[in-house]
Amino acid sequence: MLFHPTIMALLLWSAAAVAGVAVAAAYGWTILMEWNPASGSARQLVLERRTYLVSTLMAVVLWGEVLSLWLFVYNADAMAVMFVGAMCAVGSLNADPYGFPALIAKIALFFLAVVWLQVNRADNQGWDYPLVRVKYALLLILVPAVVLSAGLQYAYFSGLRADVLTSCCSKLFEVDREGVGADMSSLAPMPALVLLYGGLGLTLLLSVWTWRRPVLSAALAPVAAAVFVAVMVSVVSVVSTYVYAQPQHHCPFCLLKPEYGYVGYALYLPLFVGTALAVSSWPVHHFRRAASLAQAAPAMTRSMAWVAAACYVAVAVVCTWIIAASELYYFR
Amino acid sequence: MNHFFARHLYLVDFTVASLGRRRGRNLGLFAVYVLLVFVLASVSLMTHGLRREAQAILESSPEIVVQRMIAGRNDPVPTGAVAAITGIRGVRAVQGRLWGYYYDAGMRANYTLMVPPDRPVESGAVVIGGGIARLRQLDTGDIVHFMAPDGRIVRFTVSGTLDSASELVSADLVLMNEGDFRAFFGFPADRFTDVVASVRNPREVGTVASKIALALPEARVVTRADMLRTYEALFDWRGGMVAVVLSGAVLAFVILAWDKAAGLSADERREIGVLKAIGWETSDVIAVKFWEGALVSLLAFLAGYVLAYGHVFYFSGALFEPALKGWAILYPRFRLVPEINGQQVATIFFFTVVPYTLATIFPIWRAATIDPDTVMR
Amino acid sequence: MTDTVLISLKKVSKIHNEGRPNEVQAVVGIDLDIARGKVTVLRGASGSGKTTLLTVIGCLARPSSGRVALDGRDISGMPERFLTRIRQETFGFVFQGFNLLRGMSALDNIMLPAYPQAPPHRWLRRRALDLLSMLRLEHRADTPVEMLSGGEAQRTAIARALVNDPPILIADEPTANLDTALTREFLGIAETLKAQGKTLILTSHDPRVFEAGMVDHVVTLRDGRVEERR
Ligand SMILES: Nc1ncnc2c1ncn2[C@@H]1O[C@H](COP(=O)(O)OP(=O)(O)O)[C@@H](O)[C@H]1O
Ligand SMILES: [Mg+2]
Repeated sequence: MLFHPTIMALLLWSAAAVAGVAVAAAYGWTILMEWNPASGSARQLVLERRTYLVSTLMAVVLWGEVLSLWLFVYNADAMAVMFVGAMCAVGSLNADPYGFPALIAKIALFFLAVVWLQVNRADNQGWDYPLVRVKYALLLILVPAVVLSAGLQYAYFSGLRADVLTSCCSKLFEVDREGVGADMSSLAPMPALVLLYGGLGLTLLLSVWTWRRPVLSAALAPVAAAVFVAVMVSVVSVVSTYVYAQPQHHCPFCLLKPEYGYVGYALYLPLFVGTALAVSSWPVHHFRRAASLAQAAPAMTRSMAWVAAACYVAVAVVCTWIIAASELYYFR
Repeated sequence: MNHFFARHLYLVDFTVASLGRRRGRNLGLFAVYVLLVFVLASVSLMTHGLRREAQAILESSPEIVVQRMIAGRNDPVPTGAVAAITGIRGVRAVQGRLWGYYYDAGMRANYTLMVPPDRPVESGAVVIGGGIARLRQLDTGDIVHFMAPDGRIVRFTVSGTLDSASELVSADLVLMNEGDFRAFFGFPADRFTDVVASVRNPREVGTVASKIALALPEARVVTRADMLRTYEALFDWRGGMVAVVLSGAVLAFVILAWDKAAGLSADERREIGVLKAIGWETSDVIAVKFWEGALVSLLAFLAGYVLAYGHVFYFSGALFEPALKGWAILYPRFRLVPEINGQQVATIFFFTVVPYTLATIFPIWRAATIDPDTVMR
Repeated sequence: MTDTVLISLKKVSKIHNEGRPNEVQAVVGIDLDIARGKVTVLRGASGSGKTTLLTVIGCLARPSSGRVALDGRDISGMPERFLTRIRQETFGFVFQGFNLLRGMSALDNIMLPAYPQAPPHRWLRRRALDLLSMLRLEHRADTPVEMLSGGEAQRTAIARALVNDPPILIADEPTANLDTALTREFLGIAETLKAQGKTLILTSHDPRVFEAGMVDHVVTLRDGRVEERR
């Protein structure tokens, strides 16, 4: 189903993102190969100036990815009417086996891009660009990631077939295809809530701790990544049901709809920002070893940990508010 | 953080002033930008509005339509089917419908002739849609002649016209009573065009539909949800086609944007050189240029979208009338219900602002990395 | 003020268009120390490499070879990003053609170098107005710069160079287009700045400048080499 304006926009964008990252990586490659800070040659100046192009491209790709992630989900929801048994975005994403992989790849790409830009930001504070090699090696990793994401998205959209009437058959679509939308893993309310608050508490603790002792970012980053998954699972399993006041309605996307006061944005925005910062705090801190970043890197890590902590508090507050305001009770 | 905002505030301030100083320079690009957004947004708002209209019509349409297929073609349904369907559990009401098309050779227009189920029409009288009334300049009480398929000229009195609220579907309607309809077309007395059924519990539409299909093997059973999906897909496909057609325009715009961003005047080049010489960093210059693009984009997007909104919702897409009229002589005079949705806006954003931004990155970077010592030369 | 070395150049060369057919050796193997708090004039015929040397001293360009040390810190290999930061804090420039941005008022032009630093707006405006009144230009604050006379434009350019309060002021051919009265006025301003403790580096082939009393050192260039020091 490629002849659809939004799908075309998303495909065009992913092609542009691949091109953008490829150009950035190509320039990054020349930088990686020829970088020589000791040289005052004109060539070195050319390379230095290319770093601006690369970081600008990456920033644009990141923001484009954020917008495209949003549009992808929005579109999945809008397309649900075209698939039998699909009630909302989950159904559309399940209408083809590549739906969820494409979504997950997009999210992963978002995090990778943030990490890269944060490392880049750290590097720009050391007067001798100590991270140049690391940074551009990382960029080379981003190329397959963005290609993979674009490929999965293409596979998803090209595999989609709307269940439409054809003029010559009496095919019926209204057969029971129950369960199409129901295979998201679902935990019981109690363990899900424990997972949610336990995970949020742990990351909050770790990020406050990292703020005091930046070394701990080494623990914060992997925990934050794991907690992101845990929070998503519990949002699917229990938080969403509180929002819809229906124990059967597990959907992480409908939260974004006006019917539910756009509460999803209040939940996901701090979750994504907090996770992205917590995850990138570690690579950034790792670079304190460069003499020119000995001060700047820990300072950056600390401020990132601080913002991440604030984000986790916000996530917890939003979840608690959802549960408190809900008409659904699991426990009395 | 504070420094971050303060710095961007200064940079935006400078950008606004510099756009003001060079109002003329960006005017051409701006006009093209607005035009592109206008066209894309008009198409998008229009398609979306028509789709909503179609959805609204479908909401009130029957839950199940039963047609008879012979050799893959529609054929009138025997009246006996009504009884057969009524007997199926879960069915609330069943009704045979009579409708068909009539080609008015004089006007070169197609009308939909129909026997209304809920509105009695006197024998020898017709109620006509707004489109026909305009086309043939008819009013209540006037006489109209139709030529039956067998060559007879049949005379009808116009007993009323349909109001324009739902003109998208009613523009080409001609309502008449059952006897007139069957006589006019020579339609067999034991047949209906199709049969519609409603279902007691909306959740059981699917089950009931399959039971009907089982009971009447030669029938083609279409549910409302099937229609909805088909319409959705059709509209999206049309929108996609339009997007393909307009992608040429987007490409031209991208080239123009690139060209405009790359072709800095000597004066602008000197200005960037001065800024760099007095202590601005390359990223400051890039930020200013990006703000410039962002402001131009924002204004163009807003202007284009507002114009499109007015065009579609207050002038009924008047500029598209010639194009749409190619499809149907009886162009409906409808008013779409104003609605903006985020997906459409984001889609148009991806077709305009994003390409613009991408097209300008490279030229901006080139401009921002000129040597700071140029002004000393 | 002690006569300590503020900027030190060791074997500095600058080649324009290196590796291309139009390659020019503008500056060749220059060793030079600039004293803190003094007025140094680079003198020489047109094309002798004064401006090029000034761009290297003022961190506008990196030398093709050799070392530049500012306050003892080697800055010759530093990336542009950081060089810019240092330049912004350390140097104020008065260009030969002034290079004010047309269409903007004198006041806005003066505030411009501070934008990336983003000081409080009110403070910055105050500072720019103070500089204008120091240079007796307060009545021209809101005048677009293209309406200013030559002398006024130069004083605006000086105010712009001073807005970040740099310790070093660099002026390329400051009196090239000025008559005697205006030249005297410029020298007066230079003297005031010197008295305030600023280091001044000027280029000129104008005897009125390099023979002025307040000039401490004169370095004569010829074909990109130092011919004479005083
Ligand atoms: N950007 C440049 N590209 C090529 N050649 C240059 C450039 N700038 C200066 N030159 C050359 O370098 C030499 C020194 O020039 P310059 O430093 O401007 O001397 P001065 O300021 O004493 O007149 C001259 O021959 C000039 O033509
Ligand atoms: Mg010169």
